[in-house]
Amino acid sequence: MTIPRIVGAGLIVIGAGIGIGRIGGSAMDAIARQPDATSKIQTAMLIAAALIEGIGFAALFAVSE
Amino acid sequence: MQRKVYTKVLVAIMMMFTFSVNAQHGESHSDNTTKGITKTDVDNTIGHHMVDSYGFEILHGVGFPLPVILYNDNGVHIFSSSALHHGVVESNGDYFIASHGKIYTTDAEGNMMDDGHGHHVHPLDFSITKNVFTIMLTVMILFFLFKGMAKSYKNGLPTGFGRFMEPIVIFVRDEIAIPNIGEKHHKRFMGYLLTVFFFIWFLNLAGLMPFGMNITGNITITFSLAILTFILTQMNGKKDYWMHIFWMPGVPTPMKVILAPIELLGVFIKPFALMIRLYANISAGHIVLMSLIGLMFTFHSYMAGSAFFGLTIFLSLIELLVAALQAYIFTILSALYFGMAVEEHGDH
Repeated sequence: MTIPRIVGAGLIVIGAGIGIGRIGGSAMDAIARQPDATSKIQTAMLIAAALIEGIGFAALFAVSE
Repeated sequence: MQRKVYTKVLVAIMMMFTFSVNAQHGESHSDNTTKGITKTDVDNTIGHHMVDSYGFEILHGVGFPLPVILYNDNGVHIFSSSALHHGVVESNGDYFIASHGKIYTTDAEGNMMDDGHGHHVHPLDFSITKNVFTIMLTVMILFFLFKGMAKSYKNGLPTGFGRFMEPIVIFVRDEIAIPNIGEKHHKRFMGYLLTVFFFIWFLNLAGLMPFGMNITGNITITFSLAILTFILTQMNGKKDYWMHIFWMPGVPTPMKVILAPIELLGVFIKPFALMIRLYANISAGHIVLMSLIGLMFTFHSYMAGSAFFGLTIFLSLIELLVAALQAYIFTILSALYFGMAVEEHGDH
């Protein structure tokens, strides 16, 4: 639990949070424009979020060795 | 109106129940002078629940042992894991001891032997551990559930359990397999996609049950699943697939030379990410849940106990969602990779 590790973990969470937040925002804009396509948009949002979360977790894994 | 008040009061009373559990756990695993559970107790319990073990311990002292199957030069040794609790086990002339969850060969007094390279001598371990037992149990549950479902089809409609599972199977086919793999080739992969979806979902759910069966939070299990996806994509790769990796059409030649190693790395990184994603999501969820439950006890206060109890319930519901979501993500990414492998030229 050294300082560089804590800072690194915080940066990873910031990165993943910004990335997934932007995807969520775009998804909500798209759903507002075309409510019929909600399920397709939701599916695509989930896939993109999972990919970002994947590298986020890989990085957290590396930080905590 | 009366029922709404009744349920709210009931939930509040349940949250207050943490005080009685606090008093019982005054005697903890380590002998410490302070009353109650400390942080090290919580850490030990969490570590104990995350790793594999040679027997089942459902409650403190209640459980059943599982067979330990070892193989070394003297042949096969089979004994019950309850013998390991009492120290050195003797079997066919060899002595074994369990230390930190692993089994080592020892001499008659119980001293571990050195194999000359600085490692302790240990036999090949083929035991039925808790994880192996849970996987076998899940596989049998899946097999009998879906076999029964297939048999229950009368006049094209399922009865009984099949009615619940059919929409999910159709979901895997119509939303996961066909959009990603295409109408023509999806049938080849449906068996694997369905199996991996329900397997991961049921194993994640098993990990949320209070027996400490942490299976998908074990990196070897997720590694095996990712390796299966990897082998299936490479075995089904068409000429277009390999062309797109090493010599992509429509790209100037200097760029092709630069992109080819990156694409080759990508071939290995995609299953690696599958493995890490499932492992980290599930094990992080378990650690957070168990830490919250531990926090319930370490504060020694009724208010904190009940607040953390409510938070734990909320987080458990999220973990249920994560269990199904991670199974879905693994399946859809596998289908995506299969689709890229069997994509034909005309699809562009």
